[in-house]
Amino acid sequence: MKEMVSSVKRDYIVNLASQGKRLDGRTLDQLREIEVRRGVIGTAQGSALVKLGNTQVMVGVKIEHGEPFPDTPTSGILVVNAELLPLASPLFEPGPPNEDAIELARVVDRTIRESQAIDLEKLCIKEGEDVWAVFIDIYVLDHDGNLIDSSVMASVAALHDIKPPKDPEWTLPTFPIRRKPVAVTVAKVNGVLMVDAGLEEENVMDARLTISTLEDGTICAMQKGGSGFLERREIEEAYELARKCGEEIRKKL
Amino acid sequence: MERPERLIVDGRRLDGRRPDELRPLQIKAGVLKRADGSAYVELGKNKVLVAVYGPKEMHPRHLQQSDVAVLRCRYNMAPFSVEERKRPGPDRRSIEISKVVREALEPVLFLHLYPRAAIDVFIEILQADAGTRTTGITAAAVALADAGIPMRDLVAGISVGKADGTVLLDLMKEEDQWGEADMPIAVMPRRKLVTLLQMDGNFTPDEFRQALDLAFKGIERVYEAQKRALREKYVPASEEER
Repeated sequence: MKEMVSSVKRDYIVNLASQGKRLDGRTLDQLREIEVRRGVIGTAQGSALVKLGNTQVMVGVKIEHGEPFPDTPTSGILVVNAELLPLASPLFEPGPPNEDAIELARVVDRTIRESQAIDLEKLCIKEGEDVWAVFIDIYVLDHDGNLIDSSVMASVAALHDIKPPKDPEWTLPTFPIRRKPVAVTVAKVNGVLMVDAGLEEENVMDARLTISTLEDGTICAMQKGGSGFLERREIEEAYELARKCGEEIRKKL
Repeated sequence: MERPERLIVDGRRLDGRRPDELRPLQIKAGVLKRADGSAYVELGKNKVLVAVYGPKEMHPRHLQQSDVAVLRCRYNMAPFSVEERKRPGPDRRSIEISKVVREALEPVLFLHLYPRAAIDVFIEILQADAGTRTTGITAAAVALADAGIPMRDLVAGISVGKADGTVLLDLMKEEDQWGEADMPIAVMPRRKLVTLLQMDGNFTPDEFRQALDLAFKGIERVYEAQKRALREKYVPASEEER
């Protein structure tokens, strides 16, 4: 879902990009200011509010009893849901999640699941019958671009904020979280790569590539989006950007 | 099903392939009577049928775009396509796949040639054995060409990944399920432009580069098979000999 952009605005952004410049004065490899607040919601086991420039995403994590999947009887359950709230953008409408919300939730899910940041095996209560289910609910409050990166930041921050549920069956000293996966989305605007695109940049981009990495540079998830294409050298360049900016983001989490 | 102790023994995979080998691939263009374009692809045990309708008038009309045609893709798995019956209808996975498949095909189409029109691509997975979204893209590109829709290039899809620490081309179900990484990729083959790229699992930077190398090798073979299928349908045998 993209907003209409005037050709004047489009040309302006494209021209700036070709000179290595951006609307808000950033360089192509510069993130917007990041603010992370943990423990913002008392009724959630873990929560965080992330501000990335003017984009705001809140994540609440709830932990409840659940039944394990038959093929993983000793493994806890991870569920990620994303809501693009109508209060966050004039383009968001009430109703069941659309493909953008589903893609967002699934990219965050893959980043966290595949990084093995949560030790799901520790979340078993009774094999095949009862395990802990971790529900990550992503609430987009203000959409000014780059929802994937800000949602991963808020999710990881919220997971590291978790206080164990007050339940006699909870026996672990702490919540078993051990890593900080970070997603960096690189936008391609008329052949120029830039990180952390703002909404206006997103509206004119040809394609984007999200690369989620761990502390050691291992890639745990990727997702290309948008109706354009990427050359191989652009993919490799995007990885270098993801690694460099990922380090910066990780320090804030 | 239990995970075998090893997925690769003496450099051979469970089905006897080497790490850089594709499964048997068969493509047929123009297999449906009513559709404007269609294709059927078998890749190993995958069986995928694609129909293209359009360019045609967009219904409902409020979805029309005044300057371009709208490409709509529906990736759908048959209830009988997997071991345990899949509940019919779209789920979150198929909604996401439909989106990335659409974005993988859009770059080859000249959508501005058909303002207000719709082009519908229906991808039906009849039998699944890992790599269905990329097989669907391979089939969809042939079906779009069969429909006579102008294209900059074909789009060929394949998956690469990792199992037992080895980077592999064209994962089969067991390697997808128990392996360490899966990376579906779609490419416009003539200029090697990537139109779909997803990945989950873990890749070191070096493995990632290896995986890309392997993917581009695989794409070449898929592309050859796509062109062969189109030639089989459209070039008379007498001309083929010349």
